[in-house]
Amino acid sequence: MAEGSIAAAGVPPIAAEKASFFGFTRAQALAFLLMFAVIVVSPFVLYPVFLMKVLCFALFACAFNLLIGYVGLLSFGHAAYFGMGGYITGYAAKAWGVPPEIAILMGAAAGAAIGLPFGWLAIRRAGIYFAMITLALAQMVYFFCLQAPFTGGEDGIQNIPRGTLFGLFDLSADMTMYWVVAFVFLAGFLLIHRIVHSPFGQVLKAIQGNEPRATSLGYRTDDYKLMAFVLSAGLAGLAGGTKALVFNIATLTDVHWAMSGEVVLMSLVGGLGTVFGPVVGATVIVAMQNYLAEFGAWVLVIQGAIFVACVLAFRRGVVGEIAHALKVKL
Amino acid sequence: MDDLLFNLQLVALGISNGAFYALLSLGLAVIFGMLNVINFAHGAQFMMGAFAAWLLLNYLGIGYWPALVIAPLIVGAIGVAMERLMISRLYKLDHLYGLLLTFGCALVIEGVFRNNFGASGQRYSAPREFGALDIEYGDFFMPGYRVWVLIAGTLICLATWLVIEKTKVGSYLRAATERPELVQAFGINVPLMMTLTYGAGVALAALAGVLAAPVYSVHPGMGANFIITVFAVVVIGGMGSIMGSIVTGFMLGFVQGITDIVYSEASQTVVFVIMAIVLLARPAGLFGRA
Repeated sequence: MAEGSIAAAGVPPIAAEKASFFGFTRAQALAFLLMFAVIVVSPFVLYPVFLMKVLCFALFACAFNLLIGYVGLLSFGHAAYFGMGGYITGYAAKAWGVPPEIAILMGAAAGAAIGLPFGWLAIRRAGIYFAMITLALAQMVYFFCLQAPFTGGEDGIQNIPRGTLFGLFDLSADMTMYWVVAFVFLAGFLLIHRIVHSPFGQVLKAIQGNEPRATSLGYRTDDYKLMAFVLSAGLAGLAGGTKALVFNIATLTDVHWAMSGEVVLMSLVGGLGTVFGPVVGATVIVAMQNYLAEFGAWVLVIQGAIFVACVLAFRRGVVGEIAHALKVKL
Repeated sequence: MDDLLFNLQLVALGISNGAFYALLSLGLAVIFGMLNVINFAHGAQFMMGAFAAWLLLNYLGIGYWPALVIAPLIVGAIGVAMERLMISRLYKLDHLYGLLLTFGCALVIEGVFRNNFGASGQRYSAPREFGALDIEYGDFFMPGYRVWVLIAGTLICLATWLVIEKTKVGSYLRAATERPELVQAFGINVPLMMTLTYGAGVALAALAGVLAAPVYSVHPGMGANFIITVFAVVVIGGMGSIMGSIVTGFMLGFVQGITDIVYSEASQTVVFVIMAIVLLARPAGLFGRA
């Protein structure tokens, strides 16, 4: 891996990787248990709707991180999959009365379905070009959503019903909804972890490390990259769909390029390429937006300033710095 | 006949939009060639150029013609400061960091302008003498200012091309783009060249901004929407050649004009569709080197 490579920023140079349970190292297992405990306890202390927002964005950031952290591709268009997931889930739940569990899965499928052609086009280039291509393709989705009749244009899809999970649990209560969101997040998080530690994930890492060599070993590297792209897009759609149900609304904000930038920022603040970084980054950024909401456009300035500060002085991110200080992998 | 003239008008307007694409993608290509940085702040700097013209007029009473020179100088100086203070620290790192840094800068700039001027547009009228350039024939009407944009855009692009391809400074620039260490070994101050190149690219964006001020309303978000389309233009043209980015810019303006006639709903997305097609047929771009 090249010195100064973006994906290597958060990963400390540790050779021995002792796996304990479920592919986690001991430090990661501890961090996971800590995160699990926080997820279980926090709704009794903090406002559940805020926590649900954090979890949706954390899943979104983890999905984004799958691409940059393990394939080395920086997508600047993940809002397309996130936002479209929200629109499809919202439309299915509202117009067709689809139960929430199916609606969320339809959102994930929508993300993956857009990710397939977009990924197929974008993986032809790498680096900066990849970022520009994904951004441009996502802008196309934005214009589509602006004009298509089913998205409701500027108004978005409003009053999306949360519905009844499996016909048993009424999700209109925030606490019930919270446990569903927590389940979706943990399932997505562990799925990503499982993917990364599967033989498939190992090939992805090999491609990131030295693509020509992976090719010469007989791997169809494009197929692997495309697969990772589709998985990442599908998980982003899952996060978007869940968010649409939580807030009963799907709007243009979620497909806008600024949202693509936000998810990059979350991963960057937490630590690109770390397992827990995107979760921490999403928490920091969502909390910041929450507390600064009254300052209007200053949020934009502060986000930009954090971007600049992170790139100039803090490239490992929060989790990357902690991992570096403790000499462990997180 | 009237239909034909009206359609011709749409095409002509499209090509004059192409002048902006050409100017912006040209600046991006010059900066990328020298610094290996995709300047995401290019849109914000374009917007600053337009705002500088508006501010000069409304607060200092300085009109359009002086603004055409002063605004690019001011914004170019800001660009020089940005390069010295921030971008120059990233040359040894992955190029994506440059993209992320300039994205952050774009957010800061846009946010500051939103705070001070709100999100709505400000009117900036072109000097009245452009009325003399109006072209009117039946249903064909092209405002004089649009004619001027087309002429000025073409001239600026050609001048930039001449400077880079035909002058001594340009030859240093091209050499430093290929082999910076070697050029430095010959005693040429490459870091200074990089700073000035960035400043010049930014000034070019600001100049495009001043040209655009009377065409589009001057508002903080005007650059962001533009720059993403220009990124697609850059991908289509490839960043190998200066002339390539100019030709691609004008060509896509023309195609947008045609699309406006055939299926106007797609006029905003057609550039992205063309980008997809080019990626399939020639991933390095029309003028790019793989």
